[in-house]
Amino acid sequence: MSEMQSRIAMDDGSSDGPAAPVNRGGDLTQVQLIWRRFRRHRAAMASLVLLGLIVAFAFLGPLVWQWGHTVDSNIPSNAGPSLEHPFGTTKQGNDVFAQTMRGAQQSLKVALTVAVVSTVVGATWGAVAGYYRGRTDAIMMRIADIFLIIPLIVAVASINGAVRGGTTWYAVALIMCLFSWATVARVVRGVVLSLREQEFIEAARAAGARATRIIFRHLLPNAAGPIIVAATLLIAVAVLTEAGLSFIGFGIQPPDISLGKMVEGARTAAFTRPWLFYPPGVLIVLICLTINFIGDGLRDALDPRQTMVRR
Amino acid sequence: MTTTDNFNDGATATVDTDIVLDVQDLSVTFSSEDGPLKAVRGVSYRVRRGEALGIVGESGSGKSVTSMAIMGLLPKSASVSGSARVLGQEVIGLNDAQISKVRGDKIAMIFQDPLTSLNPVYTIGYQIAEAVLTHRKVTKQEARKRAVDLLDKVGIPHPDRRVDQYPHELSGGMRQRVVIAIAMANDPDVIIADEPTTALDVTVQAQVLEALEAARKETGAALVLITHDLGVVAGHVDRVAVMYAGRLVETGSVEDVFYRPRMPYALGLLGSLPRMDEARHERLTPILGTPPSLLDLPAGCGFAPRCPMAQEVCHTSEPALEAAVDGEDDDPFRRHSAACHFSERLVDARPEDLFRTTALDAEAPAELAEAEDTGAAAERRQEEAEAEPGEVLLSAIDLVKNFPIRSKGILRRKIGEVQAVSGISLELREHETLALVGESGCGKSTTARLLLQLIRQTSGEVTYMGQPLHSLSDSQMRPLRRDLQLVFQDPFASLDPRMTVSDIVAEPMQIHGRGKGAKKRVKELLELVGLNPEHGSRYPHEFSGGQRQRIGIARALSLNPKVLILDEPVSALDVSIQAGVINLLEDLQDELGLSYLFVSHDLSVVRHIADRVAVMYLGKIVETGTTEELFDAPAHPYTQALISAIPLPDPVKERTRERIVVTGDVPSPADPPSGCRFRTRCPKFAGELTDEQRNLCVEEPPELLDRGTGHRDACHYSQVVELI
Repeated sequence: MSEMQSRIAMDDGSSDGPAAPVNRGGDLTQVQLIWRRFRRHRAAMASLVLLGLIVAFAFLGPLVWQWGHTVDSNIPSNAGPSLEHPFGTTKQGNDVFAQTMRGAQQSLKVALTVAVVSTVVGATWGAVAGYYRGRTDAIMMRIADIFLIIPLIVAVASINGAVRGGTTWYAVALIMCLFSWATVARVVRGVVLSLREQEFIEAARAAGARATRIIFRHLLPNAAGPIIVAATLLIAVAVLTEAGLSFIGFGIQPPDISLGKMVEGARTAAFTRPWLFYPPGVLIVLICLTINFIGDGLRDALDPRQTMVRR
Repeated sequence: MTTTDNFNDGATATVDTDIVLDVQDLSVTFSSEDGPLKAVRGVSYRVRRGEALGIVGESGSGKSVTSMAIMGLLPKSASVSGSARVLGQEVIGLNDAQISKVRGDKIAMIFQDPLTSLNPVYTIGYQIAEAVLTHRKVTKQEARKRAVDLLDKVGIPHPDRRVDQYPHELSGGMRQRVVIAIAMANDPDVIIADEPTTALDVTVQAQVLEALEAARKETGAALVLITHDLGVVAGHVDRVAVMYAGRLVETGSVEDVFYRPRMPYALGLLGSLPRMDEARHERLTPILGTPPSLLDLPAGCGFAPRCPMAQEVCHTSEPALEAAVDGEDDDPFRRHSAACHFSERLVDARPEDLFRTTALDAEAPAELAEAEDTGAAAERRQEEAEAEPGEVLLSAIDLVKNFPIRSKGILRRKIGEVQAVSGISLELREHETLALVGESGCGKSTTARLLLQLIRQTSGEVTYMGQPLHSLSDSQMRPLRRDLQLVFQDPFASLDPRMTVSDIVAEPMQIHGRGKGAKKRVKELLELVGLNPEHGSRYPHEFSGGQRQRIGIARALSLNPKVLILDEPVSALDVSIQAGVINLLEDLQDELGLSYLFVSHDLSVVRHIADRVAVMYLGKIVETGTTEELFDAPAHPYTQALISAIPLPDPVKERTRERIVVTGDVPSPADPPSGCRFRTRCPKFAGELTDEQRNLCVEEPPELLDRGTGHRDACHYSQVVELI
């Protein structure tokens, strides 16, 4: 039998393997392979390092910095940048450097929570609707539509009114999740609708795979590209929405602070005292950009067909 | 009954030395991320007035790129060198305005896909007239008259009405005729047809090839026919050029190349082709390996890595295209030439001598004895099959599947039904191969999926080993899926691109709770289907088409099934690769005792692999019998037409054989004809029967019965005809 096998093996040269220059996987695990492909994406790697620095700045910074983010009687009001206060101080007497660290921390926590929760919920919701189609799809997507058409601001205002008493960062984050998962669900449903018609899905069904296996093993991994794009967009939107909510008084409340709130507070000072405005503003831009690049890199790394390296 | 004989004779007698297309040393290089991609290298050929040249080659051999370069249709990233002269005028390097004057006037092109080569928003009459108006100073009325005239010439019925129709109102075969009409609009001197019939069904292919022939006769144009189908070439051209890895490797008259090939690749290609005119015992002789990457060509002969004759010199120097036979003809463009250092050694060589023995030499020499066995094994198997039919494994009784057609809008009311399968009964026995044959849309794939209960029948019964499947729920069906597995047509779409090959092959085992020894089993399976078990950690895109199809087969085998349903398993593969997969399927059946339901449109492959055949037309089985009965004594006119329409890769046989030609296209399954569903296209109905006899065909659907031919057919007036 083995002789016959080896003869079969010769038939179409299967033994010499692929001709195209590809990464020789060897015995690497999936995760190692993905990491290897990710590392080749320069912009993503640079972004990962930069985001790491921002995270360290936001979470470790406050532990070593001499000032807190709250008003301190030892802090002069309206001071310009100095060694003591690198980003100056506010009128009330806050150290802006400390505020930036605290704000970045709060904004990151809100944005990441929104991204993770909305993506997981939305992707699953959309995949289930797209896989089953028909009535299931119609009902599930109408529910999603309801969350899409209610303006976030109105909803937050009324919910906040109901649960009065201290808006913490996770309350803000969860409320934002409630109104952002539906966009992800719509995107994923569209992708799944076309994916489910592919032969490999039928192959899995023919092998006896259940719906959960097909959805989580086949459909969602193949929809990874659009899902990651949607998730990275969500992060950027979450940072900005949080700023907007803070502005109308429903986001994170003083004495706590977020990047959005800082920008909002310093917007009139942008030309007169730019040190108040630019640090949080630039940080918002950096967070959004780095996460977008990381998302790009991740999308490519997760796609085994991607052999080209983007620079 | 219509018999057409050789409609090619006019062209073979051409003595005109007037050269209409002269290609000299044409090379095309694309720049790509991974370096220069040499798609075409130093191609030279000449076509004389009225002559037909066939260019054959597998995918990626550069045959299409060559003609695109001549037409000036390549993207800017391609660098083209060399020369191509149309009636003495150089066309390489012309700017867009200059080449537009030549294109469509002196040289016309027909593309593969008739769906995309016509503009959907203009009537076909407008599109033909446009071609005329671009190059001729005529009035619109004259152009329209010309359009009607041309439609008539390519065999479109009622051209005066059709001329105002839009492309979507025409079937694929009709559309391709319109494309041919556009090509001949200005009486071109050269028509280049790039796989003109590949997207069409065989019976329609025969009609379109005839239209092409008519176009040639009418315009006196030379034809360059580019195709992968050796059968089409055999019947329709005077000279053949074989391309491999961007070069011409053999040229000559069809007879020379088909009967006396002097390049191992051409010989191997012929040997790897399953033939309808040969009984099944012959094992196919595939060519080893895969074509070289055009990014990284070998230093010597491009075919050397796959060539069983390759010597030292083949790997170091590339052979030139030189006369294969001394002193025959001095003209390098007419004589029989081959690009091989050892072409003289191929005199009287047969593909099996060359390719099979080497395949074994590369392995252990001790296997020779076993190889000789395979022929005997096949015969033994056949005897067994004849002696005692095995137990019935899978059977269907009166299977019906109608797909609802729904209105657009919110209500989505049911406004009709597509009758995909209309009352099919069949039995698949142990250790046999039953082929389900038919053209696209006849319901053969739907039948396959009904048998597996991947879609549910409208009515009818499916049983597996006596157990009814049609009444089982999905979860009751699950354990039975272990025994019934499916292999798909498209090796690219049927494997999850995000999973490694090991995970893909192991998946059925994990689903059925046999994940424990899966790793070891995957390696065994990969070895069994002829893949390197070490490659399990790779992803599907890293494999070639043939290798992917082997992965699909390994997946189907992972649970030790009893029945494999093969849905066109080789039709997406190149000829030389296809042979290897067919051999694998045969070996696996012998080794593992599998039963196959082989769904295919390719009668040549079916003849080679099947024990019994059922022919389907518009959701019904029209004829069924053993492979020998069906091919030697086809009784139903549709089977006869199907067999006639398959081109044989043998120039003499192909040009002299008797043909039964059907007209028109398959009617819509949403509204099938009353009585016998084939009557609208039936040559017998149209030509032989009296009005009285016809009434029976119109009123009463014929039963599938044995009408004295030894096998069953569904024709009121069936009559055996010998066709091969």
